[in-house]
Amino acid sequence: MTEMTLVQAVNRGMAEAMRADPDVLVLGEDVGVNGGVFRATEGLFKEFGESRVIDTPLSETGIVGAAIGMALYGLKPIAEIQFLDFIYPAFDQIVSELAKFRYRSGGQFPCHVVIRTPYGGGIKGGLYHSQSTEAYFCHTPGLKVVVPSTPADAKGLLLSAIHDPDPVIFLEPKRIYRAVTGEVPDGDHRVEFGHARLVREGTDVSLFAYGAMVGPTVEATESLEKEGIRAEVIDPRTLVPLDEEAIVASVEKTGRAVVVHEAPRFGGFGGEIAAVLAEKAFYSLKAPIARVTGYDTPFPYALEHLYLPNAEKIATAARAAVRAS
Amino acid sequence: MSAAPPIEPLPYAEEQAERILGAEWRAIATSAYRWMRVGRALDGRMQALQRQGRVGFYGAATGQEAVNVAAGLATDRDDWIFPGLREQLVALVRGHALATYAHHLFADDRDPSRGRNMPCHPSAREVHYVSMSSVIGTQISQAVGLAYALRQKGAPGVSLAFFGDGATSSNDFHAGMNFAAVWNLPVVFCCANNQWAISAPTERQTAATTFAAKASEYGIPGRKVDGTDFVRVYSMLRGALDVARTGRGPVMLEFETYRMTPHSSSDDPTRYQPSDWAMRAASHDPVARLQSWLTALGVLDAETIETIGRAADQQVRAAVEEAEATEPPAPASLTEDVYAPLGSRESPGTG
Repeated sequence: MTEMTLVQAVNRGMAEAMRADPDVLVLGEDVGVNGGVFRATEGLFKEFGESRVIDTPLSETGIVGAAIGMALYGLKPIAEIQFLDFIYPAFDQIVSELAKFRYRSGGQFPCHVVIRTPYGGGIKGGLYHSQSTEAYFCHTPGLKVVVPSTPADAKGLLLSAIHDPDPVIFLEPKRIYRAVTGEVPDGDHRVEFGHARLVREGTDVSLFAYGAMVGPTVEATESLEKEGIRAEVIDPRTLVPLDEEAIVASVEKTGRAVVVHEAPRFGGFGGEIAAVLAEKAFYSLKAPIARVTGYDTPFPYALEHLYLPNAEKIATAARAAVRAS
Repeated sequence: MSAAPPIEPLPYAEEQAERILGAEWRAIATSAYRWMRVGRALDGRMQALQRQGRVGFYGAATGQEAVNVAAGLATDRDDWIFPGLREQLVALVRGHALATYAHHLFADDRDPSRGRNMPCHPSAREVHYVSMSSVIGTQISQAVGLAYALRQKGAPGVSLAFFGDGATSSNDFHAGMNFAAVWNLPVVFCCANNQWAISAPTERQTAATTFAAKASEYGIPGRKVDGTDFVRVYSMLRGALDVARTGRGPVMLEFETYRMTPHSSSDDPTRYQPSDWAMRAASHDPVARLQSWLTALGVLDAETIETIGRAADQQVRAAVEEAEATEPPAPASLTEDVYAPLGSRESPGTG
């Protein structure tokens, strides 16, 4: 075990995978000499050289398109998109190509690419360095969508992503790149997809949160605890595949559910969790399912503290759910 | 009806043919002619079947056969093809079985892509013919990535990106050309310019003098080639492949052809093509041009031509008959291949 930040864990995961397998390489803007704008690829260029840590021209569709071609010939590319907000020029490559290669070719052309990208608000990044648009990707069959919330999970999920035979969108909560530190297992530590993490056990209400929202959600449980409300916190970790079993089991126990995410509410991933609960845990529910989310607006700059869910908003929603019955 | 237009003959004397195609020029040109007739027979049969409602969709390559057959013959086993809409004949010449392709056209249970893609969108890994979408241009930057992988793994192949004239306006044309040049990769960019992007003619697609002219500003040599002249196409492709294969970087070739059919079975070109287009196209028919040249040089006679034509028709009929009699894909296949089977860790490898 080594204590490190989330971004260091991402870096460690890539470095170990690259040491173990010469087919693993990294490409993106500023990832080489500069070590990435968030320093996620720090040191890799020096260790693995320019042919495996590739500074690309400034084109997201070129980065993902090239990564697809590399994967078709058996390389294991990790494409870095500098911010999730800048991924849209590559959206066609991701949605029309990457996600569909295996299916449309009857399995002849599996296409294993990991796309790592920092997402989310709380860093004063305004409209174009803050968004959480995970739902777009979750809505595309063929992709897996992963969001770590701890350093250990960042490394473990990233190593699983690199060894997964399918394309993975790996969303890194940039707000907590350095804000959290934690013990990270050394060596080939992998966290299997489709298994939620029980962050905190409780009996009165289930709080579902991922990425940078796990922190404020845990903070909310502390104030709830003082009021005698024991809240359970579940971090799904992978949105696709989703651990429906863990989500349903938690609500069968608590009877109440609050879903938290930074993204706008309408069409957000929280709606999917709510739908799973409505379909599979309806008779266990003692209160309406609540969502604590961003507003249905573009991401604001000056007022981001109002936009983002925080411990207080989450606690309020949990309290209301408990008092409803 | 107007009289049949004069066919522009290929301008090569025997000595020139031998210099360009080598000592085996007769065999190469005859093989090319046979393949072009297969392509022509397939287009004719499939368009008729589409009109009869027996197949869902078809996009003919009529008028572009010289490019496709030359690419099939000029490339090596190690090379990779990233197709646009009309390059299926490249796969067939490289060894993809016509019978298998027919199963794809009928989207039946023996279609290697399991009936998931529209007709004319085959996937043929065994001949390095990459699966295509219907999206324009995306294959261009993918071809560049595969070329990177070839070099990274020390493999000898070249990656060929095919795309139409319309795709030169796409994001991925720009990205792919730029990446390939910056990385100095073994890519041959093949613009199959049939002068129409559905209804948009060349002058509404670009203000550049030619599509090939765009290459130079990326730092890539670009040449415009008469795409209806098999000999010229073949020799230009061999030259470009040699440049790419020997580490001298990417090349772009623009093959000018004449689209002799509608864009696809869903298109009505009388709405936008000038009335004399069909006549102009017919005078540049690549099959007729090769045939008249080979006849003039005494390589083919009328009887051989007749035999070749009949054999092509029979091949196509047999393949179509077998495919049409095959069951549709099993319902359970609908949900397969979205992800790898659970627990699978397979890598696509380099084959």
